[in-house]
Amino acid sequence: MLSDSAKEKLAELKGKYPTKEASILPALHVVFEDCGYLSVDQMDEAADIIGVSRLDINETATFYTLFPKEKVGKYLIQVCDNLSCSLMGADSLVEYLQEKLDIKVGETTPDGLFTLWTVECLGSCGTAPMMQVNDRYYERLTRAKVDELIEKWRNTK
Amino acid sequence: MAEKILFKYIDYPDQHKIDVYMKNGGYTALSKALKEFKPEELVEMVKKTNLRGRGGAGFPAGVKWSFLPKGINKPTYLIINADESEPGTFKDRQLMEYDPHQMIEGTIITSYAINCHTAFVYIRGEFTYCAEQTEKAINEAREKGFIGKNILGSGFDLDIHIFRGGGAYICGEETSLMESIEGWRAMSRQKPPFPAVEGLWGCPTIINNVETISNIPHIVNNGADWFASIGTEKSTGTKIYCLSGHINRPGNYELEMGVTLRELIYEYGGGIIDDKPLKAVIPGGSSVPILKADEIDINMDFESLAEKGSMLGSAGVIVMHDGACMVAALQKLTKFYEHESCGKCSPCREGTNWMDKILKRMLNGEGKPEDVDLLFDVAKNIMGNTVCPLGDAAAMPVMSFIEKFRDEFENLCNGGKPKGTIKFPFR
Repeated sequence: MLSDSAKEKLAELKGKYPTKEASILPALHVVFEDCGYLSVDQMDEAADIIGVSRLDINETATFYTLFPKEKVGKYLIQVCDNLSCSLMGADSLVEYLQEKLDIKVGETTPDGLFTLWTVECLGSCGTAPMMQVNDRYYERLTRAKVDELIEKWRNTK
Repeated sequence: MAEKILFKYIDYPDQHKIDVYMKNGGYTALSKALKEFKPEELVEMVKKTNLRGRGGAGFPAGVKWSFLPKGINKPTYLIINADESEPGTFKDRQLMEYDPHQMIEGTIITSYAINCHTAFVYIRGEFTYCAEQTEKAINEAREKGFIGKNILGSGFDLDIHIFRGGGAYICGEETSLMESIEGWRAMSRQKPPFPAVEGLWGCPTIINNVETISNIPHIVNNGADWFASIGTEKSTGTKIYCLSGHINRPGNYELEMGVTLRELIYEYGGGIIDDKPLKAVIPGGSSVPILKADEIDINMDFESLAEKGSMLGSAGVIVMHDGACMVAALQKLTKFYEHESCGKCSPCREGTNWMDKILKRMLNGEGKPEDVDLLFDVAKNIMGNTVCPLGDAAAMPVMSFIEKFRDEFENLCNGGKPKGTIKFPFR
């Protein structure tokens, strides 16, 4: 179920654009922000509010990789492993995170706190290696910085 | 070197706030444009500067604007393309995070010039902070009366919406971007009709990159001749070069068009990490043909790079020293295009997948000697055979890497070990 504030935000999208369907991508952002991922049930709910077909919202949602389609950890760690970051050690960063969190890329820790993904270029090549955690960027990463961040997140469960 | 234009105040404290932006001369161009110029005079002015698109294609902005049809009964839309996703490129993000009003002022002036009353800033989905900064700035500008009804008493109305993407590289391509705003899977459209004639919701639409639009206030303030006098004859103005990879001082450098690649790497970038020998440079974002170490005495402008068989593209300069295996580096790029292909055209959808597979088997030591030609052949058959430029963008690195570093590919396919010391496992 979507929260009341998410439902309000979705209702505000009605009539904002010349066609109803133009509200689909903004609506997906609202659902993602509310739930942390997109499930079919939540998308159906959103489709009904903005007045588009459930099929259309699903079809569009599955095109975009920004939105996880299944529940992920509280902290979704996405490490860029495109060329510039790889040249600067993205891979040893990924290895270190796998070791530290005791999970493989694509997995979530048993306590549901962390999910580790590798992703394509995040437009932060000059500050490589880097990762995005939820909606924030963490750049020029070192093992010490990663230790500090993980520690902080573990303590703010 | 000419004075910085776009980055003049990039490090100035609180430049993102409207009061500071205005203290530093901001929004004077808007007032000047609305009071002293007719819309068509602004289009002529920008045409005269020969300001070329900074998103990658380099098409002259003023010429693009002049393609808008006259006297039709449909709204005109302006879209600012802030879907920055070309690997190696990270300039628009800095412009929007630290000096968003510069882009917004450019957007308002451009909207006035092309008679647009609804503009969109399409920001890539991952750039949350960037979208927040831009939204705050738009709200500030609205409060000051620079956006809304009857702007500065001119009778001109404009609203600007932020539209956030969903993490798809293809949305940087203008027709896919419009599909995305319309709410569909972002698959490119056949051109013609060009967006200027039939774009967003079938209406005339102009799409310009953030850096391109950020130049507009300065052109209005200083004139077309001033702008045209900077840079080279055909590549006018400054360019923000993004330096990344094995470089001592990575980052964005705003320099006059035509600076040499050698100066960029050794003077501004502080040379190669650990003083290692340079091996190769991608000069314009991941899509453009690679250059070897002995090809860096070249001017970084549209014409000079094209003459050498490469492109200025988005000016994302990726530097590699001799520790990089070219086959592994290429696989990182090919995997990207395989992931980002929208799937509409078979050569791109299937071809990127096959190129990635072939590269992976080479790196796994399972490559056959004929694989090098096969890989080249797949790329060649994507080139020019797709609706949008993503196909070419995937093919060009493959073809150029093989042309310039064929020995490394052959070595791997004949039982050799990968060159270089950097670990590049792939997924």
